Amino acid sequence: MLEFQLDTGSGVATYLQLVQQVHDALRLGLLEPGDRLPTAQQVVARLAINPNTVLKAYRDLEREGLVRGRPGQGTFVIRSLPGTDPAAQRRFLAAMTDLLRSARLAGLGPDDIESIYRTAVRNCFTEGVA
Amino acid sequence: MNTVIEAGGLGKRYGRRWALADCTLTVPAGRVVGLVGPNGAGKTTLLQLAAGLLAPDSGTISVLGGRPASTPAQIARVGFVAQDAPVYAGLSIAGHLRMGGWLSPGWDSELAARRISRLGLDLRQRAGSLSGGQRAQLALTLATAKRPDLLLLDEPVASLDPLARREFLQDLMETVAEQQVSVVLSSHLISDIERVCDYLIVLVASRVRVAGETEELVATHHRLSGPRREPHSLPASWDVIEESQAGKQSMLLVRTQDPILDPAWTVRPVSLEDLVLAYMSRAGDATRARRPGLEVAS
Repeated sequence: MLEFQLDTGSGVATYLQLVQQVHDALRLGLLEPGDRLPTAQQVVARLAINPNTVLKAYRDLEREGLVRGRPGQGTFVIRSLPGTDPAAQRRFLAAMTDLLRSARLAGLGPDDIESIYRTAVRNCFTEGVA
Repeated sequence: MNTVIEAGGLGKRYGRRWALADCTLTVPAGRVVGLVGPNGAGKTTLLQLAAGLLAPDSGTISVLGGRPASTPAQIARVGFVAQDAPVYAGLSIAGHLRMGGWLSPGWDSELAARRISRLGLDLRQRAGSLSGGQRAQLALTLATAKRPDLLLLDEPVASLDPLARREFLQDLMETVAEQQVSVVLSSHLISDIERVCDYLIVLVASRVRVAGETEELVATHHRLSGPRREPHSLPASWDVIEESQAGKQSMLLVRTQDPILDPAWTVRPVSLEDLVLAYMSRAGDATRARRPGLEVAS
């Protein structure tokens, strides 16, 4: 079952972190239709976060049509996200990890890397648009 | 909005010193509310007034629609864990639970027993020999086995080590998930507040500086840096919480519902801790800014 993690100090709202982790798991094929998400109680017991936060994240996912809550049974995945080619994802992840390692060796911190990353994404996805 | 606590002009005096003066606030129901503020802001007094352990010297307070501790039924609906989780040192854990049963009409002995066994505590053990974390857990057990509608916790984890703190908060959150209970908890530990609270009240010198849903507060506050601007040239919809100038740079912490479109500003998110600190230090500054050249009595 999916185990949520919390990155405190990331500035990203807790419920959004949970939503993003489900998105990531769906995109990477770690979660599939029929899989059950942990109950609010299980998440709360692990992460010591407010149960309302978990419910809010699940409501968001339900609104997106990705999961459905069944009373008394739990919350289940009903749709996967259009995954890109898993092999391409793995290749890219490996290449990205190598690149980040070399950035770190060159003395760049997480903040520098994120700034560069955001700028690169912007450059890449606005090419030929305007 | 459904409320669990409503206070108007509330005050409590010890001799000539007002521990809480002219406090007006509303606490919504169904939330885990974090009450933060500097020492001496009146948090403990406010919680004790809400629990009915103190009677107000001025103003009014209503808890779950009634006067605190006015009837046995009212007392039964409110669970309270005082600072440092006081217990009876000479009394065994079993004795504490029996006492809870005698004193509380809605006592859930099964829940109490389940919690104690899950904590791995021996019923015959005297409370005086418990660790700080275990004592806090016992106090939480006594407060939750009452099956209250409102749980008041005064710095419940302040004296606990990080592991005991985490365990306490996990248990508290499980309780919130199981029982439909509203919680108000005071703490100086913003990282804990950020984890467990979905509503925040910043209290400074008896006044509410800011109150709102934690996530909404974080989403509507931004830290901006950019070329120096005069305060009057900023958008009217911005509430400037904090402002500093360094050379040609302006650094602001603003609250606004609107997206920040001006590309001259670099926009960064604000952590809850920075937000709380900004409101805490803003208290005196705002008064001073509005009344230049005047001495402001604190």
